[in-house]
Parts: sequence; C-alpha cells; structure tokens
Amino acid sequence: MIQFIDGNEALVQGALKAGCNFFAGYPITPATPILLSMMSELPARGFTAIQGEDEIASIGFCIGAAMTGKKALTATSGPGLSLYSENIGLAIMGEVPLVIVDVQRLGPATGSATKDASMDIQFVRWITSGGYPVIALAPSSVEDCYLLAVHAFNFAEKYRTPVFILSSKEIAQTRMRADLDLVALPEILERTSPASTGSGKAKAVSFANELMQPIGIVGGEELSRFTGSSHDEWGNLTKSPEVIASLNHHLNTKIDADDVALWAYSGPEKPKTLIISYGIVSRSVNEALREIKNRETGHLILKTLWPVPETVLKTYLAEAETILVPEMNHGQYLLEIERLKPVGTKIIPLNQINSELIHPKRIAEALLEVSHA
Amino acid sequence: MPESIQSYLKPEVKSFPFCPGCGHTTNLHHLDKALVQMGADPKKTVIVTDIGCVGLSDQYFDVHAFHGLHGRSITYATGIKLANPELKVIVLMGDGGCGIGGNHLVNAARRNVGITVMVFNNFNFGMTGGEHSVTTPIGGLTVTTSGGNIETPLDVIGLSQVCGAGFGARLTTFDKELPSIMAQAIEFPGFSVLDIWEFCTAYYSPRNDLDKQAMLAISEAHSLPFGILVNRTDRREYTTNLAAQPAKQTKLPPDLSPRFGTLKSGKLELILAGGAGQKIKSTAGILGQAAILSGGYASQKDDYPITVKTGYSSAEVILSPEPIDFTGMMSPSAALILSIEGFQKEKDKLKEMGPGSFVFLEQSLPEPVTQAQIIRVPFEAIAKKVDRNSVALVGLGVLLSKTGWLSKESVEAAIGIGQKAAWLESSLAAFNAGWETGFSV
Repeated sequence: MIQFIDGNEALVQGALKAGCNFFAGYPITPATPILLSMMSELPARGFTAIQGEDEIASIGFCIGAAMTGKKALTATSGPGLSLYSENIGLAIMGEVPLVIVDVQRLGPATGSATKDASMDIQFVRWITSGGYPVIALAPSSVEDCYLLAVHAFNFAEKYRTPVFILSSKEIAQTRMRADLDLVALPEILERTSPASTGSGKAKAVSFANELMQPIGIVGGEELSRFTGSSHDEWGNLTKSPEVIASLNHHLNTKIDADDVALWAYSGPEKPKTLIISYGIVSRSVNEALREIKNRETGHLILKTLWPVPETVLKTYLAEAETILVPEMNHGQYLLEIERLKPVGTKIIPLNQINSELIHPKRIAEALLEVSHA
Repeated sequence: MPESIQSYLKPEVKSFPFCPGCGHTTNLHHLDKALVQMGADPKKTVIVTDIGCVGLSDQYFDVHAFHGLHGRSITYATGIKLANPELKVIVLMGDGGCGIGGNHLVNAARRNVGITVMVFNNFNFGMTGGEHSVTTPIGGLTVTTSGGNIETPLDVIGLSQVCGAGFGARLTTFDKELPSIMAQAIEFPGFSVLDIWEFCTAYYSPRNDLDKQAMLAISEAHSLPFGILVNRTDRREYTTNLAAQPAKQTKLPPDLSPRFGTLKSGKLELILAGGAGQKIKSTAGILGQAAILSGGYASQKDDYPITVKTGYSSAEVILSPEPIDFTGMMSPSAALILSIEGFQKEKDKLKEMGPGSFVFLEQSLPEPVTQAQIIRVPFEAIAKKVDRNSVALVGLGVLLSKTGWLSKESVEAAIGIGQKAAWLESSLAAFNAGWETGFSV
C-alpha cells in the first residue's frame, strides 16, 4: 500500500508490527506525534498507553511494564533523553528490554526545537555511568523508521537491553511516498517464558551472554527479582568481588556487534573514495552522487551506530584512500572511523550545525576537491 | 490461592539488617502480618522499593520483588499496575524518596492508580548519614540542620489527599492496628498511602531525643494528626477507569496507489506560504497526494510557529517522477504566496528563484525581489465567494491550471481522500474556482 507518511508515523506502524503493547511518553518536539499515535493506536488494540507527568515517570512506567512481559516503547528528544538517563542506567543494569526513540533536534538545551541535527550520537553511547554498551540504530528514511522499529524490538528482546532509535526531525516530520509492504522485515522475536528452575523462582539473568534469555516476569508464575544493585544471577544483592566481576563482564560483552550490524552500501567493490554517512545526511550524499553522476565513489550508510559495526567498517576502510565523513554535528562519529582506518588513509570531516540540511552541493564540492588533490 | 501461608518472609532469613531499634524491622514484620491476614497470593503481589535503608526490604519477602532508583519506585509500580492490573503492588519508600520523587507521589494520587505507598518515615536520610529530609520537623537536628531545621515538614497524607488519593493514614510504628491498616490499604481499590512514623536509631532519634512522647508532640505541633485521614471510594481506580474508556478504532493513512497515469513533469519544488488558518498544511498534503496518485513521488515539510493560530504557515513540497532523497529546496519551481506573513517568511527564498520559475502572489502583497515570473491573483477575494477558509486550495487551483503540472482529476481525488465529507464540497468548489481562474492569468 502506498502511503504519504512521515518517519514518526512509519515508526509507529513498525512498533505495532513488532508487537509493541505498552507506551509511555511525555510531549516534546519533534517526538510528540509518536505519543499521540500510540495514545490512540494501543487502546484501539486493547493495550495501554499513558502520558507521564515527566520523562522520568514515563521511562519508569515503561521499565515496570517491560518487566511484566510487555514490549514497551517510549519516545523523546534530546532534553527528554537527559531526564531518561538515570533510568537508562537502571534498564542496562536490570537488563530491561525497552525501545527508546530519540527524535533528535538541534541542541544543546532547548536549542532549535524544530530543526534537524544529529546531536545525540555520543550521548546515547555514554548515557550511563560505567559506559556500558548500548544498541543504537539510525534510520535514513521513512521506510527505515518502519524496519528499524522492528529490529529494535527484536534486539531488545534478544539481548535484554534498551535499544535506541536515533531518528531526527527531518526524517520524523517530512512526509514521503512510502510503500511499507515492500520492506522485508525480520522474523519477530517473542519473549521466552522463564525456564522452570525447580526452585519456584525465575532466574533474573544468566551471566553467560545467552541470547533470548528467559526473563523473570513480574507477576509471573515464578517469583521474580529485579534490582538495579549489583546482583547475582538470581537477582540477589551481592558484595562478592567474583560475582560483581561476572555481572559487569557480562554487561560489557553481551552485545554481539556483528549480529546487530545493519548497513547499506552502494558503489564500486573497491572504491578509492568512500563516504560514510548515517541518518538524514545519507540522503544528501545519495542526491549529490546522483546529481554529479559519480559512480567511482563508494557510499556506506550505517544503520547501526552502536555497537560500532567494526567488521563492516574495516572491510570498506581497507580499500579506500580517502574517506569523507559528513555529519550534522561537530564530528561525533569521526573518531570511531579514525580509530579503525588503516594508517595513511585520509579522512575528511564535513560538518554542519546551522539548522539546515547539508546541501548535496557541499558533498559534491568536497568530492571535487578530493579528485583534484 | 495459597490458604495457609504463615509468613511471607523468606525462611532462610533469620533477621533484618537494620540497626537495633530501627522502625523498619517492626514495620516489615507488620507488613508480613498484613499479607498473612489478607492471604495474599505471592505470585500476584509485588513489593517495589527504591533507595534508602528501606530499599533493602523487598529481598526478604517471598513475593515478586523490584528494586529501582531513588524516588522512582512509584513510577515502576505504576507501570507494573498498568501492565497487569490484577497485581497488588506495594511501594516501600523512605521520607527521602518522598522528596526526590514527590512529583510521582502527587501524580499517582491524582490518577488514583491502585498501588499502595508505605512511607517509612524516620525524619531523615538514614542511609547517607542523617541529613534532613522533606519530613524533618521544625527545629529537628540533623547533620545538615545543625541550627535546627527551618523548613516546614511535608504532610505526606495531606498532600496526597488534595491530589485525590483514595486512602491515607498516618500511623506510628507502635500502632497495634498497623497490620490491619496496611492490609486495608493494600486491598483498597485506588491509590492508598501510609505515612508511618518510626525511629532512626542511628541518627535522628538519638540526636533529637525522639521517643514515643516526642513523636506525639511533633504531631501536635505540626498539626499532623494520626489515624485514617482519607477514605473515599467515589473515584474509580485508574486502570479500571482506563479499561472503561471507549476504544476508538484507528485507521491507516489512505492507499495512494497510482491511478492517474504518470507524472509528466520533471522534478518540481514548490513553496506554499501564507497565514495561519489558510489551510496551507492540508493543501500541501493534497498536492503531494495528487502527485503520488499520478504515479510520482512527493515530499512535504511544514513550518509554522508554536503559536499555531497566528503568524505564518508554510510548506515545502517536492514532486518528482523519481524517488526523492534530498528534501531541501535546491531551486524552487514555483511559490504560492497567500498572505503578508507568508511573504515575510519566504521572501529570501524568492530572491533566489530564477527565470522560468513562478511566484503566484496574492494581489495586495508588496513586490518581491525575484527573477521569477510574478503572477498576481486576488486569491482571498476569489475564496470569499466560494469558501473563505480555502484560500490555499484556490491558490493550488490557479497554480496547477496555469502550469499544467498535475491533472485536475488527480487533485480532486486527493481532495476526496483527505477531507471530511462536510468540507468536501466547499474544498472542491475552492479548487475549481482557482482552476478556472488559472486559465485567465
């Protein structure tokens, strides 16, 4: 079915497709339309959506609901994400499956609420004390919003962790022609019920980095135990250095970067010049390459930003002589690429934070400079 | 339902970890008695705690246990209750939690969500060394109020009451009725809150010579009476209320499969700008939909101030036979300027429009600086004759009949898709009036 919809609408359709059955959020531009949609879509399906008194309550509701077995979603923008951060730490520590949409706008603070920028790329990566890994996906299009919503719920279930969708104003609120039926979706993962352990209690977690771990369900048949304090596999508080080490090692290693890597590449097999982009900027790059009929340049669009898809990046970085990294921030992903590139490869950042999209002309000019150099 | 549970405390737990004489120990034994009295089903009972000495409590009970962040226990409890209304959800928090999480207390009471909040109130922060809290009495000595507390203590029950809580009681840890009132609170169909006064034997009690008599004096001095102070069932519990809300059916956006041939024009970038109330946004949507119905691609980006009923309203629409990547304006093909607000908003973009492009301008507006061909039309006057609210549709009619970029049928179909039946006729009339005018400008 062909629709004329924006990224927020597509994201809601993807979340519903993935089985989202709980939403809590607080109004904030440009994420508010997700709140509005969920407030009508979920009750229409017999599920619950609620507007919290603030962002702290909203994510708190989601964490509580998620631990009863719900597939929970919340949506905000940069300032709201600041208020989410303490509970994101809890969600990481308590291994809560949860999808958090961050419709980025130009910050910091109130910034330009209705203007686009990719301001929160490093923010979501380091949002918790301890710097534990998170999963963050970045849509470039309306169709991506739909697809990545499904992936996000799957990854949340698979790895028992909060998953971010780093949308942005331009993707979220610009209507485009889209046919979501043509988007090939992954199989939808459902939470496994707690394994019978014989003791009448559900294990809170296994430190063995198992996928699709059976979660203790609050209100389930086996008594569950959830805690944000250092704990053993049964959710009991612990002071044992060995157990604490196991817990933290598990949290630090549990996400398989290759498994969650999503990307798209177009261009020659071994490009001399490579552009690495994500989010809305990818579209400026596409436009520029088409406009100047450039077929020699490779274009790698990262859909997974965290954990860094190192295998993919290294493969493409191995061949290129020059890498162009356009970003609508001061270069938040640049260092990730710099640390992976072979010695001698030249990296050219292209940054813009002025409330406007990076014009394809700027990309084309940068490419021209590369070819003249 | 288990009939004969003698105690909900874990059998392996011989004692609680609290200081000798700490009220928490007494209160938790009372809570155990309350659960026994109720015959609570452990699988349907959840104890939620947050930070503070009381936060250690949940782990000693053989029920579902949830231990979260400081002051946020009410939010987790609310999420749990919303997700599974049949659960009995009990929050155990300290007076510290009432300070940092006061907003959640207010709103849980306001919603009348069916959870029970038990505040183990010992007038200070015990876990961090005896700092004053929101419930420290006037004159109370703590490490942060060495000259005596000068802040009025929070009336936990009074606050909850004015916010709409269904059940509220202030008690002391000595109250013989504590277990039965705890049970009453847990069974209450709505938000219930207990303010349970007790001793912090490490800090507050010794520093302030707090004994039972002194506690009664504090109650007297601050007009904070004991007993069941709130008990009203005239408000329905939140999740019950929510379930009773009529569920409105939602629908997907309309199907826009092409049905009007193919988009003949090349890529077009259009600016629609006017004032609030001129239907700029919906007209831009109709334009985009008409292009899609004609086999093309479209993008639409709206812009308006936060004060939506006043000031400018503008939209950028791109139409293209190919998929669209960049959604910014590179070289606008036409601009439709309907009011002075829209003119002011977009006049810089008009400057950059070159020969071969068009500016359709409301008759009365000033002369813009542009190389585009300026076509002045009395849009407002035409609209007044058919539907004064549809100025933008009149403008769209003029623009499309003049340029021939989209067929009349495709726009009429798009109008039919988006509009409410009541407005359909006047919308079509406005578009058609514009379309006819377009031949003569």
